[in-house]
Amino acid sequence: MDFGFMAQTTVALLSGLPLTLELFVTSVLAGGVLAALLAWMRAGRVPGLSALAAAYVFVFRGTPLLVQLFLIYYGLSQFPEVRHSVAWPVLRDPFWCAVLALALNTGAYTSEIFRGALAAVPTGQVEAARACGMPRLTLLRRVVLPIALRQALPSYATEIILMTKATALASIVTLKETMFVAAKLNSETYRAIEVFLCAGAIYLVLNIAIARAVALLEWRLSPHLRRAPDALPGLDTPLELGTA
Amino acid sequence: MNRHAIAAVVALSAVLGLGPVQAKDWTKVTIATEGAYEPWNYVLPDGKLAGFEVDLAHDLCTRMKVECAVVQNDWDGMIPALNAGKFDGIMAGMNITPKRLEVIDFSNAYAAGPAGLMVPKSSDLAKLPGTGEILNLSKDDPHNKEVIDRMRAMLKGKTIGVQVATIHANFVDKYFKDVATIQEYKTTEQHDLDLMAGRIDAAFADDAYFLTTLSKPDAKDLTLAGAEFRGGDVFGRGVGVGLRKGDTDLKAMFDKAIASARADGTLKALQDKWFKLDMMPPS
Repeated sequence: MDFGFMAQTTVALLSGLPLTLELFVTSVLAGGVLAALLAWMRAGRVPGLSALAAAYVFVFRGTPLLVQLFLIYYGLSQFPEVRHSVAWPVLRDPFWCAVLALALNTGAYTSEIFRGALAAVPTGQVEAARACGMPRLTLLRRVVLPIALRQALPSYATEIILMTKATALASIVTLKETMFVAAKLNSETYRAIEVFLCAGAIYLVLNIAIARAVALLEWRLSPHLRRAPDALPGLDTPLELGTA
Repeated sequence: MNRHAIAAVVALSAVLGLGPVQAKDWTKVTIATEGAYEPWNYVLPDGKLAGFEVDLAHDLCTRMKVECAVVQNDWDGMIPALNAGKFDGIMAGMNITPKRLEVIDFSNAYAAGPAGLMVPKSSDLAKLPGTGEILNLSKDDPHNKEVIDRMRAMLKGKTIGVQVATIHANFVDKYFKDVATIQEYKTTEQHDLDLMAGRIDAAFADDAYFLTTLSKPDAKDLTLAGAEFRGGDVFGRGVGVGLRKGDTDLKAMFDKAIASARADGTLKALQDKWFKLDMMPPS
């Protein structure tokens, strides 16, 4: 094992990291909004919307992300109607195709996490709030969402860690992110072990940072599970929970 | 030693790069190809491999009196897999280059063809200078530079697609990178699709491959444009069988078989069957 070469490789691979992060942040944000919308559709009492959301989740969770990315990037572009449509400036760009595939995919998974978290809010607490005469929006903001968010965090952390790894698929649509640089270095130097060890290490460090950040957020959101002196002043009030 | 123990030793020696143990007595040779570079090698709808190199591999094996297996492998993992002992030879339109010679060995060339640009018929690039002309970069000819400069002027600001880690990628990097954007693809089929979709303005690959692409109905709006290139330090010596450095006996067998296929006209006949171009390497 040649450590000089590995250091050089790591530096070269880091040139792909900004794009990896851009893909990750954009698609997690877009996917989060989509997931909230889908979870609201699922939880609502409108039968059509609920079935639509369920069908969406069924399709996007049931097919490989790679297939979805190929369909969006190479598939859609085969139709002249798509190429002449207003959506073409977006669909022409490999970055937006990758973001679209990643966001649509994570949206499906995350909506299930949100749905489960909402369902896990104890009915007793909701009933207690109602009994006090709390209006619906306040109930949502001060009771349901803080509890649901806290419940969702561990599975949501897993999902976004999966997303950082899924960004590597963008390398197949010509995006020069970390994995693309790794594959290129490998095919130029034929030193698969060194190159992919370095690439793996970069993703690992990235995911450690994400896992720690979520763990910190979880800690901040669960003061009631800690001993009283540990809690920072003000953190254990429901208002703070709702806005965190 | 039981069978599992033998299998474990073989697997371990492959992992450690020791290569197969039967270095002296070749009875079976496994040759890898990419299966995505028609007419060199491609996959038929029923999943079987076909193409110039598949036919040639079987012919060469017959001449070497060995049993032959042709397997498929991804382009970008081809050389590491060869050195790891997953197969014994590469016949995948792989050009003999100094960089590759650092890690593997090659038989003598069995084909060498020009490379060029494919563009949409409707684009202004269809009128690229030098169309239909083959420039030999091995010759120090001022005419070469003049044609390349005129092509560079027209390619300014355009996007050129090319397969990653190929001599074609090296060529566009060397001659067009400072004027045009280079977009790299895992396979040539992918840059063809993007050229048809209008995501890129031109694609650069081997002419034999492009002529096959152009014979398909999907490619009716595409055409070859600009000069075609061969020789020089980029295109080098042509396409040969990639072999592990230690397997000198196998290299000698392949060299002999290629020479004999060339002498009796089989190589020419196979090239005529699969290519619409003169692909005979300089002897």
